[in-house]
Amino acid sequence: MIKTLKKFAIIIILSLVFIAMAIWLPDIAKRSSIVAWDYFKEMIIIMPPVFILMGLMEAWVPKDKIQKWLGNRSGIKGMAISFALGTLPTGPLYVAFPMASSLLKSGARVSNMIIFLGSWAALKIPQLIVEIKFLGIEFTSLRFILTIIALVLVGKLMEFLLRRKPDKEYVLPGEGN
Amino acid sequence: MTTIIVIYGLLAVCLVASLIKSRQKTKKAFLVAGKALLKMGPSLLAIIGIVGLTLGILTPETIEKLVGAEAGFIATVVAAVIGAITLIPSLIAFPLAGSLMRSGATVMTMSVFITTLVMVGVVTAPMEIKALGKKFTLLRNGLGLVAAFAIAGIMGVLL
Repeated sequence: MIKTLKKFAIIIILSLVFIAMAIWLPDIAKRSSIVAWDYFKEMIIIMPPVFILMGLMEAWVPKDKIQKWLGNRSGIKGMAISFALGTLPTGPLYVAFPMASSLLKSGARVSNMIIFLGSWAALKIPQLIVEIKFLGIEFTSLRFILTIIALVLVGKLMEFLLRRKPDKEYVLPGEGN
Repeated sequence: MTTIIVIYGLLAVCLVASLIKSRQKTKKAFLVAGKALLKMGPSLLAIIGIVGLTLGILTPETIEKLVGAEAGFIATVVAAVIGAITLIPSLIAFPLAGSLMRSGATVMTMSVFITTLVMVGVVTAPMEIKALGKKFTLLRNGLGLVAAFAIAGIMGVLL
């Protein structure tokens, strides 16, 4: 009972905030609910196929293949694959979390997943076109290059930190290979 | 729209191939998918609510007031905070950043805004924690924030 309550705590708090706003700040409440409803529709459409694709991947792609492509000894090639996976035009970042999660479970290395998540969020090709249009080619290309460098550094650093003190609940595979 | 077509197209192809090769494995895939969806369901709902609230409060006009013409370091910090918290679609964020820059915001401020917007996700953190663990999430977002300031600093000097 308490566990269930805890699971839904954020949702309960959010509903209370929404109710309070509907009473005292009806304008903001209205705007918020329109945005929330749009997001809800988007998620309902996008999430089920994403999760089924992840399930299919876990059922069909052998773990040693993922370890070979994205694992500890994948080197530059692994980075390139992670980067390429991330730039594909496939939706918002929360779609990528379950993907990264199952890739990690199958033996992908942490630094590659940081590159994957980062390029997914920051370096999408359709997004870059919009950015060039509004902020210019100089701004966009400089940000692009610096972001790639930052992602590689953050990935390496995280790998180092997580290897020294791994998350107890999420002990990652491939440690010490 | 493209996203939806790409994802469903991919799903259709994979699903048919999987069904032809093995019903057993396809069934297993659905079981894995169902479990994952149930695990993340509550945080997905929470994200929807939080996104609605933040975008309802922080409209483009409000953001413009907060980080607009002022070029000081405070504007940069405010931009980083807004970027880290909100989840503004890039189709809205880039035109907004463009118009802010024309009305006097610095390159550094706009760069930190966009980089934190895409790299740091406070709103999506509950879901990230469910999928990848607390430590991973905190480190990724924390280091992302540091990286955003570094990137913005370099861009401010170079551009």
